[in-house]
Amino acid sequence: MKGNRFDPYLPVIGVIGLIIVWYLAVWYEVVDKVLLPSPGETFRALWKGMAGGALGFDFWRTVERTTAATAIAAAIAIPLGVFLGASEKLYRSVEFVIDFFRSTPASAMFPLFLVLFGVGDETKISVAAFGAALVILFNVAYGVMNARKTRLLAARVMGASRLRVLTDVMLLESLPQTFVGLRNGVSLALVIVVVAEMFIGSTDGLGHRVFEAQQLFAMPDMYAAIFAAGALGYGLNLLFLLVERRFVHWSGK
Amino acid sequence: MAGDRPGPPPAHVTVRGLCKRFNDALVYDGFDLDIPRGKLVSIFGPNGCGKSTLINMIAGLVPSDAGEILFDGKPLRDIKFGYVFQNYREALFPWLRSIENIEYPLRLMKLARPERRARTERLVAHLGVKIDLARYPYELSGGQQQLVSIMRALVVEPEILFLDEPFSALDYEMTLFMRDQLQRIFIETGTTTVLVSHDLEEAVYLADRILLLSRRPASIADYVHYDAGRPRSDLTLSQSDFVRVKAHCLNVFQREVRKG
Repeated sequence: MKGNRFDPYLPVIGVIGLIIVWYLAVWYEVVDKVLLPSPGETFRALWKGMAGGALGFDFWRTVERTTAATAIAAAIAIPLGVFLGASEKLYRSVEFVIDFFRSTPASAMFPLFLVLFGVGDETKISVAAFGAALVILFNVAYGVMNARKTRLLAARVMGASRLRVLTDVMLLESLPQTFVGLRNGVSLALVIVVVAEMFIGSTDGLGHRVFEAQQLFAMPDMYAAIFAAGALGYGLNLLFLLVERRFVHWSGK
Repeated sequence: MAGDRPGPPPAHVTVRGLCKRFNDALVYDGFDLDIPRGKLVSIFGPNGCGKSTLINMIAGLVPSDAGEILFDGKPLRDIKFGYVFQNYREALFPWLRSIENIEYPLRLMKLARPERRARTERLVAHLGVKIDLARYPYELSGGQQQLVSIMRALVVEPEILFLDEPFSALDYEMTLFMRDQLQRIFIETGTTTVLVSHDLEEAVYLADRILLLSRRPASIADYVHYDAGRPRSDLTLSQSDFVRVKAHCLNVFQREVRKG
């Protein structure tokens, strides 16, 4: 199918459609007015909140925590994933443990981490890092293990040592999968951070903002905070995609 | 006695008593082979007889169970050789530009960058290759990618070049073109070349010697000479000695297949 010049604007249709449905729902009072403010009100709240308001401050707090959690997770999980993936036997021996904790809802770990780190930022960041690290670890290890055998053989046959094969071929081969892990990891970290901000003695962050707005029945503010969280999640994912496209140009080719 | 009369020149590669077993399949059992210097030998035989296994053992990609393989009396680790895979897409490094791919083995040899570039450019000029080597492999056509892998194998100035069905992932038009590229490279460099082929026409067209293998455990069914001058061309394919050699090889092949 040949695309035409309007194709890049197709995603706009969904956005406009959503806003129209929203307007109509408000217009005909399908939902209680207090529960569903108009799009205009909501975007005014979003704008005011982000431009120097409390929402902007909370937004950056969440960005800080998510970034810290992802950075810690990547710093631990990438080297460990390469190490485990380089030997399939080694990975198989710890695979069950990794899969088990990867399947455990990270939110179930909050009480444990609260005991370990108290109610401060450390707990929020470390639970998020824990969840993200397992996702990244799993992807990096698989990326390394699934390095094309022919490519490893090609390097070996040209006389590359085991270390050179690892640094010149395996690491680069695993990069596309590593980025899959980073994208999933940062999304998970954001989810965990926002949940933690809602409930674990928080005074700031997007989770806190959503929760507080709901408690105060400030619905436009609550929707604004939800949209800010959505934009953050989308933006982080997009950021990693752009970085990947720049540095892993061969991905999928 | 030596030197009194011109005997056959000593072989470049000698394979003696080669044995290989995959689980319960005995693939080679006391296999002997001489590969002459500066010749192009193609290996042809029934499916699964171990054509690729043979060159992979000679090139050290697959360990043999027993036997000795020597290059001018030296073991593999003492010589420079090149190896070209069938699957060029997976054999090249997509994160390196084509020219960096070609230079990679020189990097392993710890040559400095200017020296690497100089040697690569000399090879490119020598072979008259017209590809934009600043591109990444995935930006090139299949034939061009395989040409890049052949150059990567040649840049170390190997004593021997191995090619494992190098053209079977290409379409027919590109295969014909690449055959002639390989022939030109062979004429230019005179490197001893071992080619595994699953296409009898290609095997004969390119070769000085055609090694016909039997079914497992593989032995030499015949080791046919084909002495037509080079460069060979489309006309060669209809000349009587080509037709005769090809018919003979086909005969031997079918006899071996029926034995199974």
